[in-house]
Amino acid sequence: MRYLPLTDSDRGTMLSTIGVGSIDELFAELPSGEPTFDLPDCQSEISVERTMNAFARENLSCSDVPSFLGAGNYRHHTPASLDHLIQRGEFLTAYTPYQPEISQGTLQTIFEFQSQVAMMMDMEVANASMYDGATACAEAAAMACRVTKRSRVLMSGAVHPHYRDVTQTQLQHLGLEIECLAPDPIGIEDLIGRVDGGLACVVVQNPGFFGHLTDLTPLAEACHAAGVLLVACVTEPVSLGLVTPPGAMGADIVVGEGQSIAGPASFGGPGVGLFATQEKFLRQMPGRLCGETVDADGRRGFVLTLSTREQHIRREKATSNICTNSGLIALAFTIHMTLLGEAGFARLAEVNHANAVTLANKLGAIKGVKVVPQTFFNEFAITLSRPAAAVAENLAAKSILGGVPVSRFYPSYEELNNVLLVTATEMTTESDMDALVSGLGEALS
Amino acid sequence: MTDYSNIETTSGNRGLSFEEPLIFELDSQGSTAVDLEEPSHDMDRLGGLRRRGSIGLPGLSEPEVVRHYTRLSQKNYSIDSGFYPLGSCTMKHNPRLNEKMARLPGLGDIHPFQPESTVQGAYKLMDTLATWLKELTGLPAVALSPAAGAHGELCGVMAIRAAHQAAGNDDRKVVLVPESAHGTNPATAAICGYSVESIPGNGNGRVDVEALNARLGPDVAAVMITNPNTCGLFENEAKAIADAVHAAGAYFYMDGANFNAIVGRVTMSELGVDAMHINLHKTFSTPHGGGGPGAGPTVLSDALAPFAPVPFLVHDANGLRMAEHAGDADAPQSFGRMKGYHGQFGVFVRALAYMMSLGKDGLRQASGDAVLNANYLRVRLSEELTPSYDGVCMHEALFDDRFLKDTGVSTLDFAKSMIDEGFHPPTMYFPLVVHGALLMEPTETESKATLDQYCETVLALARKAKRGDTAEEFLSAPHLTPRRRLDETQAARKPILRWKPEPLKHAAE
Repeated sequence: MRYLPLTDSDRGTMLSTIGVGSIDELFAELPSGEPTFDLPDCQSEISVERTMNAFARENLSCSDVPSFLGAGNYRHHTPASLDHLIQRGEFLTAYTPYQPEISQGTLQTIFEFQSQVAMMMDMEVANASMYDGATACAEAAAMACRVTKRSRVLMSGAVHPHYRDVTQTQLQHLGLEIECLAPDPIGIEDLIGRVDGGLACVVVQNPGFFGHLTDLTPLAEACHAAGVLLVACVTEPVSLGLVTPPGAMGADIVVGEGQSIAGPASFGGPGVGLFATQEKFLRQMPGRLCGETVDADGRRGFVLTLSTREQHIRREKATSNICTNSGLIALAFTIHMTLLGEAGFARLAEVNHANAVTLANKLGAIKGVKVVPQTFFNEFAITLSRPAAAVAENLAAKSILGGVPVSRFYPSYEELNNVLLVTATEMTTESDMDALVSGLGEALS
Repeated sequence: MTDYSNIETTSGNRGLSFEEPLIFELDSQGSTAVDLEEPSHDMDRLGGLRRRGSIGLPGLSEPEVVRHYTRLSQKNYSIDSGFYPLGSCTMKHNPRLNEKMARLPGLGDIHPFQPESTVQGAYKLMDTLATWLKELTGLPAVALSPAAGAHGELCGVMAIRAAHQAAGNDDRKVVLVPESAHGTNPATAAICGYSVESIPGNGNGRVDVEALNARLGPDVAAVMITNPNTCGLFENEAKAIADAVHAAGAYFYMDGANFNAIVGRVTMSELGVDAMHINLHKTFSTPHGGGGPGAGPTVLSDALAPFAPVPFLVHDANGLRMAEHAGDADAPQSFGRMKGYHGQFGVFVRALAYMMSLGKDGLRQASGDAVLNANYLRVRLSEELTPSYDGVCMHEALFDDRFLKDTGVSTLDFAKSMIDEGFHPPTMYFPLVVHGALLMEPTETESKATLDQYCETVLALARKAKRGDTAEEFLSAPHLTPRRRLDETQAARKPILRWKPEPLKHAAE
């Protein structure tokens, strides 16, 4: 048992110091009767690796085949130095920085993270992270209700369906009314016409779930005229290197999923929730915040601050019950953003967009395929002449992960059965695209 | 000999202790540490929404970035570098095998929406983890998707509320929590629309069962109890509490933050538990990462299992598939979805690698050693410190500040002085039920030599504090850290939560 340092001799000495005869005596208050477990005994590293490798071999890894999957989870290149740095034990194996004198490393990285996120979103402040984009969205809707003291939330049909579901679930017992519009593949829903003075917020997503980009400015103006907050979700933050950020279009709260910048898809988790807003709403914000201050010698330092909003102080009156968040993934996000810098981030976004435009042109030329949105960043919906789920299976059998069928999210909307979401990133090569074009052509012929 | 140990240095660095600016202060405009090919063309489908102006991100080369974060990392205390007896947090060794496994391309580089036929290995891994968690707790179902402990609590209490609603009992509006509870318990109950009432302790650090029984009634939806509790004690009347809770028509939620103490020694089914979250980042060794990510799978009794959140795995003729839609045929009574995708898969891989490494015999030895280590601290430190309760503790030893009476030294000062000695302080001022608490959780992954050195150090500090003429040294501790005590009042009064470029800073003033 390689993780347990005590020897039998140590245990004996310690038991006599304590004054009991055996370890089992320390558990005398537990119910008597030893439970039995149908589980294996301890194993060597070699043996564990064999089992894990067997699990891994049964999966088709995106690293081995052309992949065009997105729908809120994106595969980008991870610089080698990034994974090295987040595995430094001083970052990896530290707790939440409750003792600032010996946590300045984590605290300064959080401060830098908060700064980068706020700047990317064009917002004033950002928090230290949430679990993921979907829970950040739910927290934003709840916060908007606290700020406006109103109880109705309107969610656009372009919001990721998981964000919608999580928001509905998490807010279901708070006496709020959440209206979700039908899925909106082409960006024609009328949000402005639905804004009224009883709404707490309108929740939108840009780029939308089906890919299209929207100028949020007119909606923001309509919201603000009615005292309504505009909450904007960003599921692909790489877009912010090229696309006008929600803050510049009048959003009051911007939330997002940082996974695409932080690192691997990891089957969808862990991710990192991004959460940014305006300073005037600070006291209603959920989650941890890091702030700058000085130490006893007057030197700049960082601490967790404004914790009177949080559960460990405020208990049932807290702004959220969140405690552990997504520190290490936030660290990965901030390191990647630092590696990229302004120039690298802009270039990354440009390459993504250029590849997506190329892919859209190639796919649009296939008989039976139509590109749905007029505008997009690196992902767009296409309609096929056949059900998309079967086509995706067919492509997978040819070792192409060709896209995400929308029916997976909206099984009851028959009109979406033939819709496939397709993504191109900097990882997508010409030959990947050609493989998809030929695979789709065959599948639809 | 002249003492040069306090010399002022020109650079501000002190040997291996470096001063490190913010990345924004290291900016070499236009630099990048990531070389990418030029885009293949500049055709644009942005519909006029191209970003105007720059973001203002700094540009650095790779060596500068690597040095920046390496230097910052060196300002952190971590379990890799030292003893971290932070009560309630289970800071145990994080095996690197787990990291290696999570990075296998077949586990790390798979997408949540691949066709299900291409991810059967991932589903089997999740199903295996679920089997371990159900077996170790004796409960029949587990919801894997909650992202952390507090999220797992939310899962359990949402399931409880859904069960009451399904039975037409939605007039139950109260959740009872002991006064020693984690702050997340009442915060969670409030999100589920419940009002929260506190149950007093009994003087032995446990729930006052008579007071609890007296409060149970038709308006109570659930009782949430941490076991072992936040005083480090086993709630030895847990089963009787569960029976009373059930007799009153309510559900019994157990906060599993302290599960590490009892793994392999008792099951939740024996204790009458209806729901319990398991912090994989505590009990099952996945790294805390400076504040997450965690995972909070929540085991559920037969009564609550039908209300579990989506997604969950379903076995059918073709293997495993994911039930993803609350309300459909697979999940007719599910209360909804708590998280995007399929939960914290990367954390699942790490936790399962750990469980398999220890096995059922190793897990039982681990809880035994964790409790042995805590009792060893309790007995040895009682020589100078004041334990809050008599008798055997579980995985953590609780002391209060009576031993510091009239010394002028507070719990905070005493804890800060441990930092100068190279130890991470214990949890301070929690639980709230004792005065000036110091809650120490050594875990099973510490050697006797480490515990002995810690005990000798803490005892020496206690003797020093009691001498009476040393308060000043404690009040100003720590002295040997990259930063001394930080002004938290100023941080809260004038929040500076991000870097701003100079012109903006001036404009704001």
